[in-house]
Formats: sequence, structure tokens, C-alpha cells
Amino acid sequence: MELAEYFKLVFTDYTLRTITLGTAILGAVTGMLGSFAVLRKQSLLGDAISHAALPGIAIAFLITGAKDSNTLLLGALVSGLVGTFWIRGIVKKTHLKSDTALGLILSLFFGFGMLLLTFIQKQPNANQAGLDKYLFGQAATLVESDVWLMAIITGLCLFVLLLFWKEFKILLFDADYTKTLGFNTKTIDILITSFIVLAIVLGLQTVGVVLMSAMLLAPAAAARQWTNSLSKMVFLAAIFGAFSGVFGTAISASQTNLSTGPVIVLVAAVFVIISFVFSPSRGLLFKQIRFIKNRRDLELHKTLALMHHIAETHDDISHPHAIKLLNNFQGFTRKTLQKLVEKNYVTLDGNMWSLTKTGFETAKNLYTKQTTEDE
Amino acid sequence: MENKDNNKTPVSTRVIAVKVDDLTVAYNYKPVLWDIDLEIPEGVLMAIVGPNGAGKSTLIKAILGILKPIAGSVSIYDKPYDKQRQLVAYVPQKGSVDWDFPTTALDVVTMGTYGSLGWIKRPGQKQKKAALEALEKVGMLAFKGRQISQLSGGQQQRIFLARALVQNASIYFMDEPFQGVDATTEIAIINILKELRKAGKTVIVVHHDLQTVPEYFDWVTFLNVKKIATGPVKDIFNDDNLTKTYGINYKVSIQE
Repeated sequence: MELAEYFKLVFTDYTLRTITLGTAILGAVTGMLGSFAVLRKQSLLGDAISHAALPGIAIAFLITGAKDSNTLLLGALVSGLVGTFWIRGIVKKTHLKSDTALGLILSLFFGFGMLLLTFIQKQPNANQAGLDKYLFGQAATLVESDVWLMAIITGLCLFVLLLFWKEFKILLFDADYTKTLGFNTKTIDILITSFIVLAIVLGLQTVGVVLMSAMLLAPAAAARQWTNSLSKMVFLAAIFGAFSGVFGTAISASQTNLSTGPVIVLVAAVFVIISFVFSPSRGLLFKQIRFIKNRRDLELHKTLALMHHIAETHDDISHPHAIKLLNNFQGFTRKTLQKLVEKNYVTLDGNMWSLTKTGFETAKNLYTKQTTEDE
Repeated sequence: MENKDNNKTPVSTRVIAVKVDDLTVAYNYKPVLWDIDLEIPEGVLMAIVGPNGAGKSTLIKAILGILKPIAGSVSIYDKPYDKQRQLVAYVPQKGSVDWDFPTTALDVVTMGTYGSLGWIKRPGQKQKKAALEALEKVGMLAFKGRQISQLSGGQQQRIFLARALVQNASIYFMDEPFQGVDATTEIAIINILKELRKAGKTVIVVHHDLQTVPEYFDWVTFLNVKKIATGPVKDIFNDDNLTKTYGINYKVSIQE
């Protein structure tokens, strides 16, 4: 199937539409919440939560014996929450750093989950096949009810986000100060964390335990590059996440044997790379360009200042001087001279240069001008 | 509310703004603060001085309920701190937050109004106006739209100060507001603090530069895990207390 064909089919084909909608919504909600995780420097939390969810899935299956995805996700939610609050507990009660606590819980829960999965697979129960889809995700298994659940949770999340926007923002920026204002920071914290857990659990079926954290981080990291406003960042992250979902699904549907989850994550990574390189204010490319341009400007200014210094010694400021005089000066090149001529600061006559009146005035005001611009 | 001339009114007749009783704080086993009793009269500009690790910031954080003490209580104007939060404003250390956070100077200052707004309610025109006024007071109005990472250290400190000013509190706690700021900003900040005192507010400042204590403050608390001394600068800011606090033979020339 070609990409173009996919976009035609997406409006008519039921399965494709379901999957596309599902991944788009998932991308949006994880992108939104991921912004908070990234800004709280809890980027790894997502990884720990998703891995911690695995034993919950297995236990839910062992108890109910059914493969109903909602039941399994409920199990995932419970063990994800337990893992998260254990992490908080470990950090609070022991002297371990949060990365240690995260790593500990992640591997512990994941190991236990894998143990249960292998145990389940040995059981003579036809139902057990396919539980391992939660490891790497399988978007093709999404059905309409899954998408509805995602939509409802996303709506709820959006509602809570708008309602407690002010509280979330101030907690993210300065938790101690928030406390002194009389807000119960624990409540706000638990609210944010619970929604992050919820969003991750929602994505397990589609993207899987292993790659889920990328859905949380990549859109947010990309969005941060483009804006200095929290609301715009959250909005952009949602958009990036949604597009990653749609493009990822499109690419994997138009090729055979490309599983959707990894492709979605790769598309999100492309957003990140583009943002890192091309963002106007924070991107590597424009930073480098600005750096080079500033250097050039400085070289130009220095040359002009030197010329001013020489010209000052004469009554006639436009008295011609030899170009040779400038040769020992670092930063001086033929090109700088050419630039100065273009700017009408200097006129050239053979091997001699002379400052114009504008050039002289500019050079005189160079330093004072720069400092005022900086302020 | 007598605060016209702080140093002439006897301590016993003055209104006590902050009262700390038996406050003990420990992070692990070793106490950081041991059995602190402290009475801070209304309308003073007080420095808390002491060596590194003396528990100066911890004292402020424990008073403000950011840290949970092992024992002790804090009252603000004779009522438990919990009931009096609206009367208290806090200026944390500048380094305690991530200045690359995506927000503007005006936005940070507006956060000072969140406490009076309470849950859910959004800041409106009134709050924005108050924030702009505070920005003007600290001389940062021109930078209101600036992303906070693009402000200098001194400017960031002024923003933090403005955020506390917006709270329109009676008591201000400030954790090293002069750290890493240039002379211009230091003078600007101390002038604002003196104005606050003039308006009858109580200002408590964790301070490092002993040389400027007599010039800036009228009240001082010496702290080194235990409270060494507290009182008017002109009475107790002497070599004896400095030596007791810093453990070495400290000599600061004080002009009387």
C-alpha cells in the first residue's frame, strides 16, 4: 500500500481509521503530559512506570483468565501506580537518589513481569498467546472501544489540566514557594503523576512497555525547542505527539512487516532531531549561524575601531592611509575591508584606505552603542 | 503597632511578629537546628548570620513549613503559622529553581498572587496590575515579557523579590537575596527592604556579608545549629558573639 493510498483509506477503512485515531489521541495525551515530566526533570519516570505496569498485566490475566484489554490495563494501572509511589517512597525514606530508585523499581517490576509472562506461557490455556504484545505493542489490535477509552481519558486529562493549570505551573517552577502560598503540593503532585501513569498505561497496548517512555519525552523535548511559553509548549507537544501517531501509523501501514509502535517512536524522534537543529532560538543551526555572524561583526567592529584610531591622528579624518598598516591586526582580512566599503564606512583607492564621515562617526560610537544595546 | 523607632522601644512592650518555640530540625540523625527559641519583633529588618551549615536556610524553611521539624512550633502574630500564611511572603534562594523554565518575568511575578487567589481561580486584570506594579518597584518593568533565562542573576533576584512584594505580606523571609548580585542590585534591593521596614513590615534575611550587617540591618540573630544571640545590632553585633558563632577569633570593626 502506498502512502497516498493510506490517506485515502484512512477515511473509509474501519480498522485503519481506528488505529490512526487511537495513535493520534495517544500521541496527543502523552505529549501533553510529557511536557510536565520533562520540566520536572522526571524524564525517566515514564520508563519506570511503563515497565512497572507489566506485572500488573500478567496478574490481571492470571486472576481473570480473560484477555479483555480493559481488565489488563486496569492491572497495569494498579501496578504502575504502586511502582510510582514506591519510587517516591524510596527517594523520601532512604538517601538513594531518584535515578537509583527509578532504576531499581524499573528492573524489579519488569523482571517480575517477565517471570509471570513466561509462567503464563507455559500454561495450557489458549488465551495466553498474545500477552507479549504488551512488550512492544501492537497497534493493529486496537478496537473502537479502546479508542473511546483513550478519548475519554484524554478529555478528562485536558479538563483537569485547564482547571489546575495555575497550580501545575507554579508547582513545576517552584515547589517550595508553592507550599508557602498554602497550596497542598502533595495533592498537585499526585494529580500530575497519576495522569502520567494513566497516559502511559493507555499506550501500552499500542507502543508497548519498552518504548512507551519515548512517547512521553520525545514530543515534549521537541516542543521545548520552539517556544518559551508553557502553554504553547504543552500544545505543541500534543500536536507533535498526534502527528507522530498518524505518520507512524501511515508509514507502518503502507509497508509490510513494520510494526507500528517503533515506527511511531522513530517519527517522534525525527521531530526531536528537526527541532534540535532548526529551532530559531534554541536550535543548533541558528545558534551556529548567530555565533559566526557575531564573530564577523566583532571582527568588523575591531577593524573599524583600529581605523578610527589611526584616522584620529589626522586633522582630516578622511586622510588616506596604507592598507599595509592594518595587516598586522588580527581579525583583519580583505573581506572585512570589502564589507566596510559596502557599508560606506571606508573608501579604497589603490593601496590606500580612508574613513568616510559615517564610518568615523560609527566607529566613535561603537562601544557606547554596543553597551546600551546589551542592556 | 509601634514601629517608629525600633531601637528605643523596649523589647518587652513590642508586638512579636514571629515566635519560634523549641524548634529542632534534623535531616538524618544529626540535628541541623537544635532547640531554637526566637522572638522577632514587628517592624525590624533582621539578618540571620552564621557559618555554612549553621542552619540559616533551614530555619527559614522550617518556619515556613517547607521542612517538617522534629519538634517545636511557630506562631505568627500569636496564631499558628498555618492560619497566618497570607501574612508571610518568601523569597527563596535564586539557585533553587530552574531558570530555563518556559515562562516570562511577568508570569513569575504574577505567581505571587496565586496564594490569595486560592485553588482553580485564574489571575485576572487585578492580579496582572499588581504584578506590573511590583515589577516597576524593583525596576524591572521593561523586562516583563522577557524569558526568565535571558535575565542576568541580579535581574532574576529582583524578579523573585517582586514576586514576594506582590503578596503584600506583613512578614518577609528572604534566603540570601544578595547572593551573586552586583553592587547596583544590592543597593536597589536593600532600599526596597528598608522601605518595607518603613511601612511597618518585618523583614528577615539570611545574610552572609558580615561587613554590611550594621549598615543594612537593625536586628540580628546569630545562629550555629543553636541560637547564639538575637537582638538589636547595636547591642549584640560584637566580636564576642561573632567568635561564639563562627568559632574563630573574629574581628569586625564596628563603628559606634
